[in-house]
Amino acid sequence: MAEIKIQEVAKQFGKTHALHSVDLRIEDKEFLVLLGASGCGKTTLLRIVAGLETATTGEVWIGDRRVDHLAPKDRGIAMVFQNYAVFPHMTVFENIAFGLRMKKVHNAEIDKRVKRTAELMHIENLLARYSGQLSGGQRQRVAVARALATEPDVILMDEPLSNLDALLRMEMRTELKSILAQSQTTTIYVTHDQVEAMSMADRIAIMHQGHIVQATSPVEVYRNPATRFVGSFIGNPPMNFLPAKNLGNGVFEVGGTRFKGPDVNVDSLEFAIRPEDIVVGQGEMQGRIRVVEPLGSHIQASCEVNGTLFRVVVDSNSVIKTGDMLALEPTADRIRWFDADGKLVPV
Amino acid sequence: MSTASTSVIGQSRVAKWAVTASVVFLCLWVLVPIYLLVANTFSSPAEVNGFPKRFWPSFDTESIEFFLNFHGVGSALWNSLLVASLTMILSISVGAPAGYALSRFEFRGKGTFRVLVLMTRAFPLPLLALPMAVMFIKVGLDDTVLGLAIVHTTLALPFAVLITYSLFSGIPVELEEAAWTLGCSRFQAFIKVIFPLVLPGIAASAIFAFVVSWNEVFAAAVLTIEHRTLPAFLLQSLDDAPLHLKFAGGAVLVIPALVFIFMVRKYLFAMWGIANR
Repeated sequence: MAEIKIQEVAKQFGKTHALHSVDLRIEDKEFLVLLGASGCGKTTLLRIVAGLETATTGEVWIGDRRVDHLAPKDRGIAMVFQNYAVFPHMTVFENIAFGLRMKKVHNAEIDKRVKRTAELMHIENLLARYSGQLSGGQRQRVAVARALATEPDVILMDEPLSNLDALLRMEMRTELKSILAQSQTTTIYVTHDQVEAMSMADRIAIMHQGHIVQATSPVEVYRNPATRFVGSFIGNPPMNFLPAKNLGNGVFEVGGTRFKGPDVNVDSLEFAIRPEDIVVGQGEMQGRIRVVEPLGSHIQASCEVNGTLFRVVVDSNSVIKTGDMLALEPTADRIRWFDADGKLVPV
Repeated sequence: MSTASTSVIGQSRVAKWAVTASVVFLCLWVLVPIYLLVANTFSSPAEVNGFPKRFWPSFDTESIEFFLNFHGVGSALWNSLLVASLTMILSISVGAPAGYALSRFEFRGKGTFRVLVLMTRAFPLPLLALPMAVMFIKVGLDDTVLGLAIVHTTLALPFAVLITYSLFSGIPVELEEAAWTLGCSRFQAFIKVIFPLVLPGIAASAIFAFVVSWNEVFAAAVLTIEHRTLPAFLLQSLDDAPLHLKFAGGAVLVIPALVFIFMVRKYLFAMWGIANR
């Protein structure tokens, strides 16, 4: 059992609050992605779990042990770093064997486990090489193999793919997901790449300014963002937002059209809809096309609705051009509403 | 070809000549004295004092043999080696941890400390020499190899700190962190990962400390009487010595220092932040 409990963990650097009392629970064998823009505190949180950084207040538990006072070596973790941190003065074999040697595993066993892990990561023919003789992708594989070889309770990954080029990143993403699923190790994975987060995670925890704003399944994050920030951060292109004026009895006026919304006692809300959840060519809402971007699989059109930018996704065969007026119909069950504080308002 | 482009080429030619001339001049500035020193050392005493000179020395070993057999040279050479080795050990064992601390930890007064490390070199040694001699006599360190090594260590230490600081800073902290997560304590991570990587640089920094001590003459002359190091001995004895003896003594002092500094040059550049790798 290696569930991780993070309880009221806060971190201050001088006067700046990197983390504000974070609570998070990661289930055994779960793959959790910490997602956020740079400077949101995700790496700090990961390093606190690893023991490379000490929390100002709060507790970290791995399994049934409280670990926040332990050295990294006593926490049962392994970590993969953004710049791989493959030891340059050791061969690939010695790099993978390093953690096992520290644990005083027998030589024969080390030999067996290094070979097995190397095969898993497809680097068995590189075992005699030094880090300087490897490509970035190969170093990445060595770093992951080194972490897996010690069979840790928890694997922590700090933007492990962000130094790879796009094609290799996509390849490694798929491979890493399958390998980590096989190993059944509890994983915390830090990234700023939402595609990585969506495609790999069992659960995504979105961080913003030192808070966890939402921690739930990728689909849920996408469909029901807890805050306006999450809606605008997740999805490419991001969610559309339009001001909505309350006409009473749960009816709102949005872009000159009336919509049924939540029955709340406020003057206005914000109306939100994803670009692909809009049916084009019908409905009362009108948007003037400002930019047309054909992307092959579809066309992304940026319109203007009552002076606000409003993106829609249309079929790649559509004949549209800049200056056209488009009729837009948001799919009713995909419309979300946010209040003045940016919180999701249930309908 | 147009006139304009010819004039551009003409200009660059002038610039090229200027650069070449300066390089040649600076090289000669350094190399001619060394040449004279070496050439005269490997000439017979008669040739050293005679005129005209030959361009290639006769490789006569009489001068150098005479110098090495000169009374006191042997023990002075031995003292120099002892003092320099001790200086090397002391300044690395104190300087390397300081360099590590500067590179890896944030602490109050870090910037001030770095400046102060350099400031120790701004303090003129003659000013310190007299009170230090008195103090050394009181504690019984006067005229000892250890006493002189301590003084030389204070001279070499700033360089040891700064060179090792830049060495440790050149090693990504993630390597250390990776070692910690793989089961190392701070000390084990240092021994298994950091030390092997900085070893060549540490050796260079040690050699530099050795050379600082090897070349130092003032403190050596003031603080020792019986146990003179080679520079102090030469300063004292060679004033009235014949010319060929002066040349031989000079060469024995200069050549090892030059060779050592040449060996570790890339680390000395690194100390001043000039990338030359």
